[in-house]
Amino acid sequence: MVTLHINGLEVSAEEGTTLLEASRFYGFPIPTLCHLDGLSPYGACRLCVVEIGQGANAKLVTSCTYPVEEGLQVRTASSRVVKARKMILELFLASCPQSKTIQDLASSYDVRQQRFKQEHDDCILCGRCVRVCEEQMAAKAIGFRSRGEKRSLGTPFDLKSEVCRLCGACMYVCPACQLRCTYTEPDKAICGGCANLSPPCLEKNSFDDMMCYMEPCVACEIKKD
Amino acid sequence: MHPEHIREIIDHHEGGKKAGIISILEDIQAQYSYLPEEALKIVAEKTGRSLVDIYGVATFYKAFSLKPRGKHLISVCLGTACHVRGGPHIAEEFERQLEIKTGETTKDREITLETVNCLGACALGPIVTVDGRYFSNVTSPRVKEIIHKAKAGLDRVDIQTDERIFPVEVACPRCNHSLMDRHHYIDGYPSIRVTVSFGQKHGWVRLSCLYGSFSVDQEYEAPRDTVVNFFCPHCHAELIGASECMTCGAPMVPMLVRGEGGMIQICSRRGCKGHMLDLTGVNL
Repeated sequence: MVTLHINGLEVSAEEGTTLLEASRFYGFPIPTLCHLDGLSPYGACRLCVVEIGQGANAKLVTSCTYPVEEGLQVRTASSRVVKARKMILELFLASCPQSKTIQDLASSYDVRQQRFKQEHDDCILCGRCVRVCEEQMAAKAIGFRSRGEKRSLGTPFDLKSEVCRLCGACMYVCPACQLRCTYTEPDKAICGGCANLSPPCLEKNSFDDMMCYMEPCVACEIKKD
Repeated sequence: MHPEHIREIIDHHEGGKKAGIISILEDIQAQYSYLPEEALKIVAEKTGRSLVDIYGVATFYKAFSLKPRGKHLISVCLGTACHVRGGPHIAEEFERQLEIKTGETTKDREITLETVNCLGACALGPIVTVDGRYFSNVTSPRVKEIIHKAKAGLDRVDIQTDERIFPVEVACPRCNHSLMDRHHYIDGYPSIRVTVSFGQKHGWVRLSCLYGSFSVDQEYEAPRDTVVNFFCPHCHAELIGASECMTCGAPMVPMLVRGEGGMIQICSRRGCKGHMLDLTGVNL
């Protein structure tokens, strides 16, 4: 067992567990987007940052990938951590404003607007779908392609994958596109916060490039042309 | 594209079990100038990795192309030094004259234009390379000339044949007398005999006539890195051309290629492997 301090409280944790797991176990909430129990830690969304160390040596690390260390001083909600999370949320809002998950998280951190160029992407590249496809479904039908600003998600050559079993796990775990994939529960599909007041699947044309790998989509049963 | 051919390439890399994906993809790209979709599927199947991984690697690196490329590749450097010296203007001029955008290939599949971030020759900027040959201090009026040279085939041999080693028969560019020595064989072919001088020494040297082979037989062993003067053993004229070695800067030694016509140039520095073959003879 390893002994460490989380927000001043002396706690002990099994060696090999992450700061995120330890903090949540002792009841300190940490917001996450790319993390999902059962999938390998990824550290992509940066929302789970916590502050470790003292004084000038203090630094921000992603708690989902950082293992517990003996005598570590962890602060899960210091002003520096909250400031960093707010900035990250603003960046998420700038790229994927229509995601209910992101809207809810932003709201809980009192982020009401963002200061960057507004885009309307449908992916935050959190890699949840890639990992669920590989690790839980053992399919590896989708993956990351290209790099930098052109990085995107999808099947090789954008063709229907031969190894995809249409399980729908990728859409189920997606924090950004799930709004679109809840047609069967229209109440959830309407977030009320933005201008998007109709279930998106009904306006198929405006969602031409929806991040849906299924043909037909199992959730909305609409065939892509 | 032949599936068998791709399989052979993978087998060269121990069946892809140990070797990296990148070197396999590099070899495929060297053969076909791009990565065909079918080839990636075969690589995935043979190496036991998933197509997603292979595709991810192939799209991640800028060196790989999934679209067919032209016969010739023009790379315009837009690194910091070339940028401030007018690299973007050069790139624009290429786009205008070739009527394509950066990253595209001309309709006749002749030329692919791309920009790169540094070619490592910043002092000579702006730099343009055509099929690996450097053009330094490029100005927009020279763009037309470079396109012309690219189309004429600076490096036609490298692209048309996979085997880069083949025999050539050469003659003195001055007196057109054959330089081949049919009595002495190197690498199983008649050798090329010329006279050389360096320092106080003056003697003969026999070179392998295989383009791409660097086997030599010489009267006096020239120390590494010395620049040697080459002479025709028949008319005694010095074999010296106007161009310099792309690798080390020493003068190139030109010789006529019999048969196809054209020029072969080898670097005059002992140990330097700079050489070029120009079958249309436009590069001199």
